[in-house]
Amino acid sequence: MARRYDSRTTIFSPEGRLYQIEYAMEAISHAGTVLGVLAKDGVVLAAEKRVTGKLLDLSGAKDGGYGGSGEKMFLLNSNVIGGVAGITSDANSLVNYARTTAQRHLLMYNDDIPVELLAQRLCDLKQGYTQYGGLRPFGVSLLYAGYDPHYKFQLYHSDPSGNYSGWKATCIGANNGTAQSLLKQEYKDDILVKDAIGLVLRIMSKTMDSTTLGSEKLEFAVLTYDEEAKAPKAKIYKPGEIDALLQAEGLAKKEDDEMKS
Amino acid sequence: METSFAITGKGYVIIAADTTAARSIVKMKIDEDKIKTLSPHLLMAYSGEPGDTLQFAEYVERNIRLYQIRNLYPLRPAAAASWIRRTLADSLRSRSPYQVNLLVGGYDEATHSPSLHWIDYLGTSVEVPFGAHGYGSYFALSLLDRYHNPEASLEEGLDTLRRCINEVSKRLVVSPGKYKVKVVDKDGTREVEL
Repeated sequence: MARRYDSRTTIFSPEGRLYQIEYAMEAISHAGTVLGVLAKDGVVLAAEKRVTGKLLDLSGAKDGGYGGSGEKMFLLNSNVIGGVAGITSDANSLVNYARTTAQRHLLMYNDDIPVELLAQRLCDLKQGYTQYGGLRPFGVSLLYAGYDPHYKFQLYHSDPSGNYSGWKATCIGANNGTAQSLLKQEYKDDILVKDAIGLVLRIMSKTMDSTTLGSEKLEFAVLTYDEEAKAPKAKIYKPGEIDALLQAEGLAKKEDDEMKS
Repeated sequence: METSFAITGKGYVIIAADTTAARSIVKMKIDEDKIKTLSPHLLMAYSGEPGDTLQFAEYVERNIRLYQIRNLYPLRPAAAASWIRRTLADSLRSRSPYQVNLLVGGYDEATHSPSLHWIDYLGTSVEVPFGAHGYGSYFALSLLDRYHNPEASLEEGLDTLRRCINEVSKRLVVSPGKYKVKVVDKDGTREVEL
């Protein structure tokens, strides 16, 4: 009668709490940090990679695909970049769902899905997993950086319970409290993308355990609007581009650090 | 015979449809409204097989309304037209296709521009600066080619519409008597008298 116990995974405790969801959120607060900042002319996302190491083969990520290393940054649709924190395999499943949803909207309406709608669709799915018996919730929080003609640039966050909210700047994963208080101090309403990039990288360098940033620990993405193409432009940085960016911002590794590692 | 016109101008779309409801060779009614308001900034003129037109128009009207209730914003005109086109295309491939021709005109609040889509029962959808359905289109399109101006004011647009209507009255063997004219712009939809 294993089902008797399995199906009790998402019921209320006597104190009125849903432990499985709280545990899922706890799991996320130990995951790699993902940070998002909404600027006037775009959205900036950065994420800390956890699965690293000398022997990990990242040659595919170097120049293949649309950028990133496929751990935390995903292009959900041409107008939305997703940053995920939590269990990567759960995230892959959600990313696949998000992409399918976005394409279905495109097929039906010949129009990119509005960002908040995509967040809602994912939250509907996530909520379902907090209620049906025998299922465990997704151990994933997402940040959605997107653009649509209704509300222009937007940044949303969704958690395992299926709640979502819009933000000017926010952070999920390890040390999110520190990052959020830093963001509160430093965020300005009329910030531009070029300043937001610096802000995001500075805060990432403060919240991450390692002292220096490098492409092997960092993923980075920017969503802007291409005035010529009259369409949003999603750019997920490739490792080489991240290193170049860090160099330009003066946050790159020193040469002798490289020798030691 | 059934005729409908639509013209875009500076920040507006005018849609006009005749008001006769006919069965065989008999006029049953001369004040039928064949333009539906689908959302605060979206109009749709429909013509074709009498039963099909109303059934389909109401189906569209309610689905567009449902989208607006479920989601945070109304469908933009181009998205609505795409959905309507797909619905018609699916219908065409079913056992009993709808025989309905449409003009979908709206004001896109996100981009602050008017948009007009010409859709027929075969599931064709084209974004056009002006369009017409029915026998009247054979007379009106050449006039619209000559007189349409995307920068025209509402009054100038209505003048162009009057030219079309007059020409159809003059040349078409069985021309419709009266037209209903509706306008959609940034303030929403409203009916105007010619």
